[in-house]
Amino acid sequence: MSETNNFDYRIPLQNGLIAGVVALSVSVIGMVTLLAQRYLIAGWLTLGQVILFMAPAAMSYLAAGKAPQNNRGIALIYGFLTGLISALPLVALILLNEVIDLRQFLPNVSPALIEILTFGRGTVAGSLFLIIVTSVLGLVAAGLYLLPDRIRRPIFSGLIWTFFFGMFSEILSDRLRTFFGTDFAKLIIESKALRPVVAVTIFIVTASLSVLWSRRGDKVKGRMAKMDTKSQNRMRYGLIIFGITLMLILPLLLGTYLSEVMNMILIFALMGFGLNIVVGFAGLLDLGYVAFFAIGAYTMGVLTSTGDLGVAGMSFWLAIPICVAVSMLGGLLLGMPVLRMRGDYLAIVTLGFGEIIRILVLSDLLKPYIGGAQGLLKINKPVIVGIPLIKPDQFYYVALAGCLIAAFISYRLSQARLGRQWMAIREDEDVAEAMGIRLVNTKLLAFAIGAAFAGLAGAIFASKLTSIFPHSFNLLISINVLCMIIVGGMGSLPGVILGALALVGLPELLREFAEFRLLMYGIVLIVMMLAKPEGLWPSAIRKRELHVHDNEDYEDYPEAMAPRAETRDPGLEGPSHL
Amino acid sequence: MRQRLQDLDWIGLYLWVLRAAIIILVVWGTIATIIDNPYSPRQWIDLIIFGIAQGSMYALIAIGYTLVYGVLFMINFAHGEFFMSGIMTATVFVATPLAATGFMNRQPLLSLLLIAVVAMVVSMSIAVLTERAAYRPLRKAPRLVPLITAIGASFFWQYYFRGLFGSQVIPFPVPDVMKGTASILGVEILKTQLTVIVVTIIMLIGLNLFIMRTRTGKSIRAVAEDKDTAALMGIDVDRAITITFATGASMAGIAGLLYALVFTQVHFFMGFFPGLKAFTAAVLGGIGSIPGAAVGGLFLGLIESVGPSLFLQGLGIPAPHQLKDVIAFVMLVLVLIFRPQGILGERLTEKKA
Repeated sequence: MSETNNFDYRIPLQNGLIAGVVALSVSVIGMVTLLAQRYLIAGWLTLGQVILFMAPAAMSYLAAGKAPQNNRGIALIYGFLTGLISALPLVALILLNEVIDLRQFLPNVSPALIEILTFGRGTVAGSLFLIIVTSVLGLVAAGLYLLPDRIRRPIFSGLIWTFFFGMFSEILSDRLRTFFGTDFAKLIIESKALRPVVAVTIFIVTASLSVLWSRRGDKVKGRMAKMDTKSQNRMRYGLIIFGITLMLILPLLLGTYLSEVMNMILIFALMGFGLNIVVGFAGLLDLGYVAFFAIGAYTMGVLTSTGDLGVAGMSFWLAIPICVAVSMLGGLLLGMPVLRMRGDYLAIVTLGFGEIIRILVLSDLLKPYIGGAQGLLKINKPVIVGIPLIKPDQFYYVALAGCLIAAFISYRLSQARLGRQWMAIREDEDVAEAMGIRLVNTKLLAFAIGAAFAGLAGAIFASKLTSIFPHSFNLLISINVLCMIIVGGMGSLPGVILGALALVGLPELLREFAEFRLLMYGIVLIVMMLAKPEGLWPSAIRKRELHVHDNEDYEDYPEAMAPRAETRDPGLEGPSHL
Repeated sequence: MRQRLQDLDWIGLYLWVLRAAIIILVVWGTIATIIDNPYSPRQWIDLIIFGIAQGSMYALIAIGYTLVYGVLFMINFAHGEFFMSGIMTATVFVATPLAATGFMNRQPLLSLLLIAVVAMVVSMSIAVLTERAAYRPLRKAPRLVPLITAIGASFFWQYYFRGLFGSQVIPFPVPDVMKGTASILGVEILKTQLTVIVVTIIMLIGLNLFIMRTRTGKSIRAVAEDKDTAALMGIDVDRAITITFATGASMAGIAGLLYALVFTQVHFFMGFFPGLKAFTAAVLGGIGSIPGAAVGGLFLGLIESVGPSLFLQGLGIPAPHQLKDVIAFVMLVLVLIFRPQGILGERLTEKKA
């Protein structure tokens, strides 16, 4: 029965129902209605429509992939039927809403939603129209699947880039206005959306670039590989110098708003470097990392505030080392009792510490010293040669400096004896101990250095906001930073930055959809873990570990042969499997 | 003794100082509170009963954590959302219409049963769906990977239900017969709290029978012991894991109803902190052990409710009830330092922990 060449009705049924349920879900939770107000392509396509029809298109594409090989007819029929079936839950919703007013239960099933779903054509005609639209879409998606790879790939990259430009059109428009004047910006973007002509141009340009890259890319890579070590090194240094210059002039290009976003990214990346040492290098799962962030921030606040609660009125630069030292001490004191625990116990205890710090900060007990729920106000901004760094594009350099220092220390540590000790502990505690590594001291150092980075981030954060409140230091920050380093790639330094860009930068930029930010965040985390658990930019070792069962990787890494599979870290690994 | 003193390093010393400091604080605070005597016996009893009721809910939620941990060694971060989803749905689709038509006051028992069934079924479906879509493909992944997925699932369901039912607090209609107090052995107890305690006891007994006496329960225990061997013995491991999730989630669904009865409202964020506390309770009691979850939940509920008044009031700390979570987590740390396996936990082999 397995490899039949026949039509199997279950495939379109299953795919169609999944797509239908997804489309129904995005409708009833209000995403479609909210996003329908935002045009991607002016007058033509709203983001709401994209969200609504994404699942039917994607599932039809997948259904076509499950058709018997070389049978284009069945693939097309699968696509068509999947599209057709995916409309049925939505039609059911429309019809049910005619009978009883669903809005009393589900506040988002509004007349506006029904209007969108029926394309404003009334119940019956609209439902039929909806079915036709999804069916055709399914057919097109299946057709896309049948196209040869060299045509399909440019179409996809064109679509993705057009979507990308459409999403960020507001920021694009802002930048264009700064550099080329208002008239030019209006030529490209009309009320937050791309003009149709522009959208088509972007599609064509990016698609052709993709064609070009697929033809020439290999040659370029080949030429790079053929270069001798000297010119490769020269090239690397060139890239580094280019990167540093870019980082230095970035605020000029980005403007105020994007600089502000950049500051948040850098502060989180700084924390990410710290947690990367604790979790990524040493393998200690710390869920209460925000505690040290809070300690750093409040130390900075108390030391430099010029308000009622300030005690010293220090300058930013004088306070920074003290903040780092205090957080480090905090890391030592909190670390000592818990470092003999393993795995999940450590996770839940550190989580407890994070909560304890937050509640203490919020409580009346410490209110006379740090302000309780009213927060700590009037924290000093850093001053360089008499110029206070007030604007975000000035403050950027402080955050960048902190981040670079952390990156440099992390990099050096990862190559040093201490870093290798941490990784040995991560791989196997018992073996590491047998090799003469002093477990508790080494782990404590990881904890303390991680805490120091978080303290630095906290201090910079406090100074950036000039006033801090307890609710800024909740569990969500710990989780956010942890997700960042895992999405970026555990133990990988470029991964931290990528993770920060993806999980801090993107949500900041998409603030207009703030209501669904954490929903999307959740989906991204799940999909990421299912599709690419080693992260966006994995460190070589971790990638090897995660793919140790894949045969082709044995060929890539002959030194990672079978025996390693049994010596993986018990702290990070699940129960053994076949 | 001398040998032990010689073994003591500076970290051990620090731990002893820490323990001594906390014990001295607790004893001092308790004595000061007793001398000061700020509360009447009636208030103490109220605190204790509230603690038991709160602890019962923690226990019911903790069951889900402990079962899943026992089988998959995974912290199911989304469990608090299973707890929330059932009662949210039941409140909007069942409880509110029933109360509006007056059926709830005419047939309170039937209505509550109906709500309970809907809450359980929704919680179970969400749990099974999450397991199937997000956890099952990751069985063989390193440990952190399913943890992150669970965090993602938690966010997803929270905001999914927020989108579904709105971000406002939804009132839960309590039938009139459940209002007021009942007198048991001369002690006045709120009827809702009494219900919570009684229902929890029934559920725990039922769960214990299910796990210990049925074939399915046996297969769950076998899978928890050793998945590969269980599979060799002809047990369908996937099915056992699905049932584990469903069982834990149905307990969470009931806990959701009890929570709604006591606090008379539901909210999309209501699962987060109870979930966290319940996980703490599961670790306190010894994770992987069902009686441990019950004991841990009760212990945590009592400490949270009585602790601030008993330990902190006497020390002259302002608004001690703000610090109840601090007490809960300090207890957790203390228990784990003294007894790393939890109150009732068996000593796990190093590999498992």
